[in-house]
Amino acid sequence: MSNTEAFVGRPQSRVDGPLKVSGTATYVAEFGAEDLLHAVVVSGAIAKGRITSIDTAAALKVPGVIEIFTHENRPRTAWFDYKYRDEVAPPGSPLRPLYDASISYSGQPVALVVAETLQVAQYAASLVEVSYEAEPAVVDVAEVLGEAYVPKQKRSGISPPPKPRGDADGAFLAAPIRLEHEYRVAVEHHNPMEMHATTVVWEGDGKLTVHDKIQGAQNSHGYITSVFGLSADDVRVHSPYIGGAFGSGLRPQYQLFLAVMASLQLERSVKLVLTRDQMFTFSYRPDAIQRVALAADKTGRLQAVRHEAVMGTSRHEDYQEVVVNWSGLLYSCDNVRLDYKLAQIDTHTPADMRAPGATLGVYALESAMDELAYAAGIDPIELRLINFADKDENENKPFSSKELRACYAQGADRIGWSRRNPVPRSMHEGRELVGLGMATGCWEAQMQKTSARAVLTANGHLEVSSATADIGTGTYTIMTQIAADALGLPLESVTAVIGDSSLPTAPVEGGSWAAASTGTAVRAACHALRQTLLDAAAGIDGSPLAGATLDQVTFQNGRIAFIADPVMSVSIGEAMQATGKERIEAEETASPDMKAMATYSSYTHSAIFAEVRVDEELGIVRVTRIVNAVAAGKILNPKTARSQILGGVVMGIGMALHEESIPDKNLGRFMNHNFAEYHVPAHADVEDIDVIFVEEEDDMLNPLGIKGLGEIGIVGTAAAIANAIHHATGRRVRHLPITLDKLL
Amino acid sequence: MTPFAYVRPTSVAEAVAAVGSSGTARFIAGGTNLVDLMRYDVETPQTLVDITRLPLKTIEDAENGGVVIGALVSNADLAYDERIQRDYPLLSSAILAGASGQLRNAASTGGNLLQRTRCYYFYDVATPCNKREPGSGCPAIGGVNRIHAILGASEHCIATHPSDMCVALAALEAVVHVTGPEGERRIPFAEFHRLPGDRPQDDNTLKHGEMVTAVALPAPRFGAHHTYLKLRDRLSYAFALVSVAAGLDMADGRITDARIALGGVAHKPWRDEAAEALLKGQAPSPAIFAAAADHILRDAKGQGDNNFKIDLARRAIQRALEQAAAGTPQVQAEKRVN
Repeated sequence: MSNTEAFVGRPQSRVDGPLKVSGTATYVAEFGAEDLLHAVVVSGAIAKGRITSIDTAAALKVPGVIEIFTHENRPRTAWFDYKYRDEVAPPGSPLRPLYDASISYSGQPVALVVAETLQVAQYAASLVEVSYEAEPAVVDVAEVLGEAYVPKQKRSGISPPPKPRGDADGAFLAAPIRLEHEYRVAVEHHNPMEMHATTVVWEGDGKLTVHDKIQGAQNSHGYITSVFGLSADDVRVHSPYIGGAFGSGLRPQYQLFLAVMASLQLERSVKLVLTRDQMFTFSYRPDAIQRVALAADKTGRLQAVRHEAVMGTSRHEDYQEVVVNWSGLLYSCDNVRLDYKLAQIDTHTPADMRAPGATLGVYALESAMDELAYAAGIDPIELRLINFADKDENENKPFSSKELRACYAQGADRIGWSRRNPVPRSMHEGRELVGLGMATGCWEAQMQKTSARAVLTANGHLEVSSATADIGTGTYTIMTQIAADALGLPLESVTAVIGDSSLPTAPVEGGSWAAASTGTAVRAACHALRQTLLDAAAGIDGSPLAGATLDQVTFQNGRIAFIADPVMSVSIGEAMQATGKERIEAEETASPDMKAMATYSSYTHSAIFAEVRVDEELGIVRVTRIVNAVAAGKILNPKTARSQILGGVVMGIGMALHEESIPDKNLGRFMNHNFAEYHVPAHADVEDIDVIFVEEEDDMLNPLGIKGLGEIGIVGTAAAIANAIHHATGRRVRHLPITLDKLL
Repeated sequence: MTPFAYVRPTSVAEAVAAVGSSGTARFIAGGTNLVDLMRYDVETPQTLVDITRLPLKTIEDAENGGVVIGALVSNADLAYDERIQRDYPLLSSAILAGASGQLRNAASTGGNLLQRTRCYYFYDVATPCNKREPGSGCPAIGGVNRIHAILGASEHCIATHPSDMCVALAALEAVVHVTGPEGERRIPFAEFHRLPGDRPQDDNTLKHGEMVTAVALPAPRFGAHHTYLKLRDRLSYAFALVSVAAGLDMADGRITDARIALGGVAHKPWRDEAAEALLKGQAPSPAIFAAAADHILRDAKGQGDNNFKIDLARRAIQRALEQAAAGTPQVQAEKRVN
């Protein structure tokens, strides 16, 4: 059976692009319903303590107010914690909005105002008077380092650090070149462009259609049915378009609970859109205080690696990431000890944010590697090549593929690494110091069990569907490309349908696994239609394909043809007609190859190079160039793939220079909770970004050789920039973001 | 947002009467700040008096050789006006250093003067703030104060004025024309905004009901030697950590007159005439610029997070004076400091 690739591997514009730019792609907050009510959340003012009273009398008097829900009058929902645990919940007790009078973080929802119009709801919300009894709160991990602990229960999918190998402490002390430093990254909030929102359409008889901003419609579906005790058929969740999420939409957020609660109680349709400020009241990239110790011999060979991290989590959930494991994986070293602990603070629970764990851990490791390069007097790329890991030493497994050497070489060539004078502060241009820095990036190549359906109709149209999501990544487009190739159809004949809980089962879209998982399932479902079509084509009177078997034919250009003699062919339309059916369909489930997973380690890799210019007196940093050379297996769509890497790099620039949720330690509250004061890169902060996709074949993971691209673009980017700033200025800043005050 | 009545007067007199007759009425023009503040429940006017249709949208020549800028001239129209670009490039530059194209299209000249601080606590009604709720306290003192004042602050308030345009207007010694229930008056720019003292709720010296009708500029100066240098936490679209408007008169290689105004450091655009006097008669040099900077910052006081601003301001003043003296003003379209 041959598989020709007319579309896979070639640049394609987004199939959903015209809808998005013309405003006809409907987002959650844009759905309406008859007699729709509008809800507004009242956010709590203190970080820890109790609500002593909540006065809704004035708010209830506002004409148009329907109901105000508080912990005092909320409807009953499920009793047990596990009922509130969604697909990707960490161990612990999930937040139950309006559960009781206790407050566990600043900004916690304390009331929900439901009214006939948004304006009335907003006004009434301002009239709700809440009194508190506050207790001292801690929102800085640094203040609770002494209380750090190893989480008792591991979070599903998150590997704890591997057991120590060798004698890291002894080897460290014995080595001639040693360094040990602390690295930190400020708390960041996800801040996708689209606010989190839920529109619940009351369909009557307790049936709900729920439009939710979620990276997996079935995760919200499962949560709603579990929490509110509804049957699966009573609820259908839609999330066809998502205006960015970066992980904030992996878990159902409190607006979903509140909107569904109100709708069920009032038996009306309800819309709830959070404000930008409320986007700072759930999910964030946690602060991790990391210590990295590296030791090498005089040739630069690593003798010891230690990496310890203490990461913040909430009081009620043990949220975990893979932060330190990268330090045992990226380089070859016999003596490695990695430690990962949590410390509880009075904030909401952190959440996966683009390349969770790797973003933090690889930043620290790659900064320390740069420091080691200076300590050893070895070029930073050379140091990495000297310590190149040919196998995964954490798990003692070979890599399924690893074209990282080519990433280093091609990236270095593109940025012009050879012009770099290794001496810090040695390169000037006008008043600016010029610096070049680099770092390695790494992320898991994963696949998750996913189902997809393919339906071919008599008019020759193919629809492929799965309950996955497209958070701007290009899922619609790659599904369309893969399906078109699988049956040899033009792109225009294929439609992808996703973001609906009633579709074939799919996990949340995250972890960079959606393309590999959904793509494989879509391909399998389409392939399952081939036999039916071939049988029908072969059965046509005088068919040129009479007696043909699947391995003898190709599906190409809308026809089924003999590979040996392509003139001998039948069109897909004729074959479909010959089936005598209006539609044929197949559903297939793709699962990761457990044997391959047990045998091989699979990762995407990258080499990131940054050129910066720093005003010597004023500390102003410009990132004038980034080259990101990525080895990520098969690139399905070079156009959308490049966009993914561009987005990751821009987010990495933000992490390096701008993003910081600043907590007031007295009030226990993040204070810069809006886009004027929480800075993400503006256009002026983003100059040239050059993306290279290094050729990499990997046939261990899935039939298409896909590794995934959602996260890799950000991993290592901040380290490359910080390293470039050091090269430019001689200043080593180990606490991101590197704002100008840190360079004065 | 609290419900409000909306009126649209057809004359300045009507507008002034409409606001003057109600303690809770407010003028609204571009609304780029007031509407935000209403959404945050920081401002809760009972009546909005929409002045956008009033005939205050022209830039007229004045008898003294200067210009009179109508209060409703948009920031964009002002910045791109040919006369302003030619005769008052410092003003044009300062405006273009601020906000975004969309905001400058909507924001008015008068409104720019009246924009309120970006202090985190002022915007967050869940926290105390003496400016928003007099007597409730100032959590920025001892709290998060990276963006706060290093000059002229009080124990009640350490907020800064966020405008870029006003820093240039301070350097250019503009005069604010206002009309109020008691008639018209003219306020020198240095007396328009005020320091917080024990009344941080008052950003300026306008009385209730007084409306800014125009901003007058004296005859053009500093055309050859000026700059607006703005330092911020990203290269565009952020409020100033420190900004400097500088204008120099030069003759025979010496400075004959100087103006220096700072933004982002105090409750008002900061001028120091004694420091300016230090430059008079001097040839430009790093030493004399440093002396002027040191003089301006002699009483500067950090609050913790913003301690760096003192050093940053010193460096910014020196760089701005170098730019002005060399006749190489900062170009706002270029996102780099020259």
